Amino acid sequence: MRVLVSIKPVLDPSMKPRLKPEGAGIDLNQAKRIINPFDEIALEEALRLKESGKATEVVIVSVGNLQAQETLRHGLALGADRALLIQTERYCSSLMIAKILKAMVLRELPALMFLGKQAIDTDNNQVGQMLAGLLNWPQGTFISRLELQTNEIMVTRELDEGLETLKLRLPAVVTVDLRLNTPRYASLPNIVKAKQKPLTVITLESLDLSLAEPNYKIVNTSLPISSRKKIKVNSVQELIEKLKKEAKVL
Amino acid sequence: MKVLVIAEYERQRLKPSFFSALTAAKQLSPGNEIDLFVAGFECNDLLQVIKKINVKKIILVDDKKCEHQLAEVVADLISKVAIHYDFVIMSATTFGKNILPRAAALCDCTLIADVVQIIDPATFVRPIYAGNVLETIQTSEKIKFLTIRASAFEPTLIESDIEAEVECIKEDLISSRQDIVFISSELTEQTRPSLESARIVVSGGRALKSKENFKLIEDLADKLHAAVGATRAAVDAGFISNDFQVGQTGKIVAPQLYIAIGISGAIQHLAGMKESKVIVVINQDPDAPIFKIADYGLVGDLFQIIPALINELEKCNKTLT
Ligand SMILES: Cc1cc2nc3c(=O)[nH]c(=O)nc-3n(C[C@H](O)[C@H](O)[C@H](O)COP(=O)(O)OP(=O)(O)OC[C@H]3O[C@@H](n4cnc5c(N)ncnc54)[C@H](O)[C@@H]3O)c2cc1C
Ligand SMILES: Nc1ncnc2c1ncn2[C@@H]1O[C@H](COP(=O)(O)O)[C@@H](O)[C@H]1O
Repeated sequence: MRVLVSIKPVLDPSMKPRLKPEGAGIDLNQAKRIINPFDEIALEEALRLKESGKATEVVIVSVGNLQAQETLRHGLALGADRALLIQTERYCSSLMIAKILKAMVLRELPALMFLGKQAIDTDNNQVGQMLAGLLNWPQGTFISRLELQTNEIMVTRELDEGLETLKLRLPAVVTVDLRLNTPRYASLPNIVKAKQKPLTVITLESLDLSLAEPNYKIVNTSLPISSRKKIKVNSVQELIEKLKKEAKVL
Repeated sequence: MKVLVIAEYERQRLKPSFFSALTAAKQLSPGNEIDLFVAGFECNDLLQVIKKINVKKIILVDDKKCEHQLAEVVADLISKVAIHYDFVIMSATTFGKNILPRAAALCDCTLIADVVQIIDPATFVRPIYAGNVLETIQTSEKIKFLTIRASAFEPTLIESDIEAEVECIKEDLISSRQDIVFISSELTEQTRPSLESARIVVSGGRALKSKENFKLIEDLADKLHAAVGATRAAVDAGFISNDFQVGQTGKIVAPQLYIAIGISGAIQHLAGMKESKVIVVINQDPDAPIFKIADYGLVGDLFQIIPALINELEKCNKTLT
């Protein structure tokens, strides 16, 4: 059984995003990229399925420019068997990414498609759901538990009001949440070994998808403004006094 | 502008986040060309409440196949009715995020997620990078699918004396799926105000050290009639369940008062609470980054401060009565 995991390189969240002048977007030029943390959790889960003998091959896939190769190499060092980069310089909407991933699913025919629940840069939380819709596959979103049985999976989803458990017949799409597992680190020998693993670059044009440009444009990016009082209080009494008389919230 | 709002409810009660979505719908359609979409099973009680909301029409799907509101079934139905609308709106709750992107893709449409401001019916603002950046998007999409951030839209109830007309979806339009089965749900018992609607939120972090100690946060919350929140670290450590996590990847709140106790102020946490009206920080480390967004900061040991706060609040209450 083959498992496919999508990987998005994102700006290291410990770095503050830098804006280009005049609201023209975010300057990612010299920014350090990491695997989107949710994708790392997705990959970890796929690797565990392989190590427990339930999956036979773990393939990782990314859509983006050639820079993404570095991130994919890291995925290979973590244990993925091979990597695919759908290379494009185009700006892609979530819908376009979902369409491209669909093409890769139809090519690789995995039993399970793993995605992160959200990319921590654009915070969209939608590609997995879109992909599942386009494939007409069942979806298990925001999962914190996965159990693979023959031909089906049991997943527990994290909801605003608690948990929900579903049974999905394979093939299926899942998007993973934080508490599914704790990802491993890449060991030095594995980093070395990863250099030999196959990383295939496929140009977007060669997929013959005829993707239309998105029907929207980002017209501005800006920093939010917030001003805080930053008053230090010295006692509990003073705090309550201020909240009552000054802030009037108690 | 014709707007379709998808009803979100739990145990037959509409959720506050749904009323926030209605507020956004009102902004988009001042002429009130708003319809509601309700999917469920045996939702008669719910329907009686919904009928009083001032909208044009209610599209109802009351069928066993919709009992658990599975995305596979509901998104498919939404995509079938969406073609008659300019906008399809839900709140960016786990419910909305599960369903609406799927419906949008089925209509071959993009979706703008987590809208915090409507500039005009084609222009929307949304936060990215954990709220560190705001992005303004202009769209010409034929059907505009939006999820809105509930904390940025004050919920409104628009009641009317005239009952809205109800249109029932034909049974044969509802897909039956063999490939997905609902097994169970474990909903958290609601004993206090919910995070999404509380005026005051008291949140605790890793510093609480154990589930037993976390009761301190809950006790303080009860004194203030507040909701309880937590950081990812507190949830991961098992002090409290996942649905209390506030942050980039948890719940986004903007109460009148947010009290952060034993929380360092990682950007992922700030993303979920920095729009609160007043922020109080209690932390023993005067250099903790969270002090940067505090209106009132108190440096000290929470194990002394919380009991003192509870004590003081009790005294105040006594003098009042
Ligand atoms: C992909 C991803 C998503 C994430 N999403 C979220 C999210 O949605 N929400 C979230 O909260 N986090 C999230 N995080 C985690 C986040 O990065 C931080 O790790 C987390 O918020 C830290 O929690 P904390 O403040 O409770 O713990 P710490 O950072 O350990 O802070 C504890 C604080 O308590 C103080 N303290 C200790 N003892 C006492 C005492 N006795 N009295 C007073 N103060 C004391 C310390 O000075 C310190 O400032 C995410 C991380 C990742 C990678
Ligand atoms: N460019 C991309 N390449 C590969 N996977 C992606 C890409 N963009 C998004 N994804 C996947 O979709 C998930 C959800 O992303 P989003 O809907 O953008 O928040 C991510 O965690 C990734 O697994």
